Amino acid sequence: MKKIKINSFAVLAFVVTFIFTTFNANANQTRENVIKRGSLNCGVSQGVPGFSNADASGKWAGIDVDLCRAVAAAVLGDANKVKYSPLSAKDRFEVLKAGDIDVLARNTTWTLSRDGGLAVDFVGTNFYDGQGFMIRKAANINSAKKLNNVKVCVETGTTTELNLRDYFKQQKLKYEPVAFTKADEAVAAYDAGRCDVYTTDKSGLAANRTKLKNPADHLILPETISKEPLGPVVRGNDENWANIVRWTLNVMIEAEEYGITQANIDSLKSTEDPAIKRLLGLEGETGKNLSLANTWSYNIIKQVGNYAESYNANVGPKTPVGLARGQNASWRNGGLLYAPPVR
Amino acid sequence: MFLTSQFKTSLRKNLQLSKLLPQLLLIILFCYIIYFFTKNTQINLAARNLNFGFDFLNTNSGFDVQFSLIQYDGSSSYFRSYLVGLLNTLLVSFFGIIFATILGFIVGISRLSPNWIVNKLSLIYVELFRNLPLLLQIFFWYFVVIRSLPSTEKSMVILDILIINLQGFYIPKFIFSNFIYIFYGLFLALLATIAVKYYATKVFYESGKIIPVFKIFLLLIIVLPIIFSFIGDVSLLVEYPKLVKNFGIFNYVGGVKLVPEFLALLFSLSLYTSAFIAENVRAGILAISKGQKEASKSLGFNNPQTLKLIVIPQALRVIIPPTTNQYLNLTKNSSLAAAIGYPDLAGVFAGTALSQTGKAIEIIFMVMMTYLTMSLIISSILNWYNKKIAIVER
Amino acid sequence: MNISDIKHWLKKNLFSNWYYSLISLFIFYLLLITLPPFLDWALIKATFIGNSKTDCQPGGACWVFIKVWFEKLIYGFYPEKEIWRVNLAFLILISTVTLAFFVKSKFKIYILFFLIFIFPLIGFTLINGGFGLERVETRVWGGLTLTFILTFFGIIVAFPLGVLLALGRRSELPIFRFFSILFIEFWRGIPLLTVIFAAAIMFPIFLPANSNVDKLLRVAIGISIFEATYVAEVVRGGLQSLPKGQYEAAKSLGMGYWKMNFLIILPQAIKTVIPGITNTFIALFKDTPLIILVGLLEILGMINLAKSNSYWLGLATEGYVFVAIIFFVFSFSLSKYTQSLEKKYNTEKQ
Repeated sequence: MKKIKINSFAVLAFVVTFIFTTFNANANQTRENVIKRGSLNCGVSQGVPGFSNADASGKWAGIDVDLCRAVAAAVLGDANKVKYSPLSAKDRFEVLKAGDIDVLARNTTWTLSRDGGLAVDFVGTNFYDGQGFMIRKAANINSAKKLNNVKVCVETGTTTELNLRDYFKQQKLKYEPVAFTKADEAVAAYDAGRCDVYTTDKSGLAANRTKLKNPADHLILPETISKEPLGPVVRGNDENWANIVRWTLNVMIEAEEYGITQANIDSLKSTEDPAIKRLLGLEGETGKNLSLANTWSYNIIKQVGNYAESYNANVGPKTPVGLARGQNASWRNGGLLYAPPVR
Repeated sequence: MFLTSQFKTSLRKNLQLSKLLPQLLLIILFCYIIYFFTKNTQINLAARNLNFGFDFLNTNSGFDVQFSLIQYDGSSSYFRSYLVGLLNTLLVSFFGIIFATILGFIVGISRLSPNWIVNKLSLIYVELFRNLPLLLQIFFWYFVVIRSLPSTEKSMVILDILIINLQGFYIPKFIFSNFIYIFYGLFLALLATIAVKYYATKVFYESGKIIPVFKIFLLLIIVLPIIFSFIGDVSLLVEYPKLVKNFGIFNYVGGVKLVPEFLALLFSLSLYTSAFIAENVRAGILAISKGQKEASKSLGFNNPQTLKLIVIPQALRVIIPPTTNQYLNLTKNSSLAAAIGYPDLAGVFAGTALSQTGKAIEIIFMVMMTYLTMSLIISSILNWYNKKIAIVER
Repeated sequence: MNISDIKHWLKKNLFSNWYYSLISLFIFYLLLITLPPFLDWALIKATFIGNSKTDCQPGGACWVFIKVWFEKLIYGFYPEKEIWRVNLAFLILISTVTLAFFVKSKFKIYILFFLIFIFPLIGFTLINGGFGLERVETRVWGGLTLTFILTFFGIIVAFPLGVLLALGRRSELPIFRFFSILFIEFWRGIPLLTVIFAAAIMFPIFLPANSNVDKLLRVAIGISIFEATYVAEVVRGGLQSLPKGQYEAAKSLGMGYWKMNFLIILPQAIKTVIPGITNTFIALFKDTPLIILVGLLEILGMINLAKSNSYWLGLATEGYVFVAIIFFVFSFSLSKYTQSLEKKYNTEKQ
């Protein structure tokens, strides 16, 4: 009978040690974890052209991807040290909170209930968007006010889903939501005729229209039914990390304001302008406030570029997505982009 | 004397250190794990400024669902979205169970058919449907079969009662007024049948005469509701789906609409489960030895009587327990609805509501408990039935 | 066989009476209108050669789709230059399993030991990296490789855990029995999907902050525990079928609890329920696609990804048929093998 006791002890001891070894308590230190790991884990979309989209060789591109690259450049000094996790809208916050990613840059709308209620922090806006509708030209409808008794394909777990309901309620029109967990499936269902209307942010409509069988058969209705400030998100319990991501975005925006580009940054090293010198890490101690090397902002601009460069390369008028700057222009040009001073 | 000494030994046995210690350790370990998880949860929630609680159930959900059995829209509470999900789960499970049973019995009996092609075809059916992942079958029905149906304006119309298109199946809706009288009729028919059955048993034991209870039951269940519907002035209105056009968008309005997500899930669940039920049915029939049938013949029973009185009752005893298990599996498998956006419990509550509120612990806990309750109810019914039909050995 | 034999066979098996004849004819008609178009689509009009969707002929299957995506379907996003590591791991697995069929039964136990304790370490190191191999993170694991990894992981974790749970449920110690029953009934009462959701979404909240247990590992453990409870119930059936004398004999030889179970009881009990256990593992294999609901892309997930690529739209059928063939081949042959085992044991008993 002695045998039982010893063996049970062994088993229990094993289990207890196993549980204890999973202890690895260094809470809220995303920056240290990223540096230790040597790579940034970035949550992106499952493919929204212009924002985050992988090409056939698996290389990611888009303005959200550029933001991730900029954060990696700031923290690790190398914009290429990013691992991308494509996420559905439904899973994105839970994956962020679970610690599987460090930054969520997945055209995510900043709202009060998310910022306050989901234990995540929105650190800025990298694209000002608004929700719209896409419909077949054959439907002979040219205004969202004429949509009645329609089936609307929508991605679930989004603000889009909530705005959709608000809009039809306000207009006293009837609709039937057909919800999908993946944007791709919603688009495919719309293309196949499962729905009469597809709704998402207007940038997304323009991007997804390029994926349809006959893009020319479809029309984006003029109405914008909501404000959608899209921006990067981090976990809500790490102030240092939130600051790093926030100011990475601000550096990109401010670099455009001062005309610093990937190409001319090295030639500006001899400038006398203190604001530019600060952005180049030649004056002041901007890095110290974020516990980063002072070259952080230089790395961002040198390796990724300023906001305008990122915008024009990914969603600008010359790309297939083809969006004019509009409200996403710098405040100096009458747009909404305004970065607090990097000093 | 004897009793007390036995009691003492058993007590001593149970108090032996070697038996007590591991049990004590297990309890400590269990408590520690619970403590470990709750402590971490508290720390994590506090760090994220969240609190655990079910208050969110009373707040407005803000989203609509495409398909609901009860009145629901975005101004309803999250709790109501839970009910919507639960009812949709029950709906698809209920019809899935019915179709799976019918198909399963047909295929199971065909597996024993002397007709070579029927036999082989049902074999292929069983092997095909049970060896492919259910999720693959759901995707196939949804993304391949239903997606290849014609668009609304080119719908297939079958005899004006079934309209099939890409956006769903439409059937006429029967609107009864004073429908409750038909229920009264059905209820009375059931009561009368129980009385007849009781009387028939009595007569059978007293005189050996067989009263055809089932035929009387059929007669009652048809005739009584009809009589009652005349008494109660029950009227029936049939609402046909109508094609309406709003600018260039065609739409069927009225009637009962079955959405494609529901259909794909129903088809795949029924076919998948029916393959397993078919095997149960086959095993059940094979379990009855030839001797039973021969014995029945020698007692002078004819073929239908043998089937009804000897084969079916015994086969059912073998068939029902594993089949109930399949019903349980079907109900649990219906959670795969989340993959194609059918608003069931997993899709609308553990999906949409979870991502809108971020209340992961509370919502997953509720969903798990709901499925667990359903499972326990079905399995306790099974246990009760098993006890009831267990062979009483004399 | 001559014509009269054929006639006789037809009469006996297809046209024995009027309604069987009618059913047979009806089925022939159905086959006639469905099979030729299908074969036409799948083989005759199908396109096998090419590099893009534009190479495919309309009206036929576009197997070019599978050809182009083949590597992704098998290996997911695993880095191309490291794929040999996956291949090597599976080569070792397959050759050891094949070896098991040819060696004497005396050596089979060593092979089993290798598969359960040593191979997982080798396979994990090969696929994950370490010891000089470049680290390949789980987020790029995918395709059929991931399906097999999950299934294998599930089997080696679920089997011992299931046996322990079954012993716990049959234990004389009430606390062990109580917890085992509670545990088993809880896991068997909930759908696997909720387990996967919980593992992916809810479980990190239960762990210390920043402990970062890999998502795939969390999900794999969740699936394994789930399947373990099914194994436990099968093993329990085996334990119950053993005559009491076996226990008494073992006890009279002075064996302790563990010695008795591992040397006398379990080997006999498990042997009788091997078919049931294999069926549980087939179910596990067929359940792996569920992980796509939390964004892990095994082979069905890779197909879903490929079919929504804008250059390859509209090829869902080909993709699903391909996955169906893979799953069918594995689970059908395994279940046939199990049935033959069952027959073998049944005859041994008699």
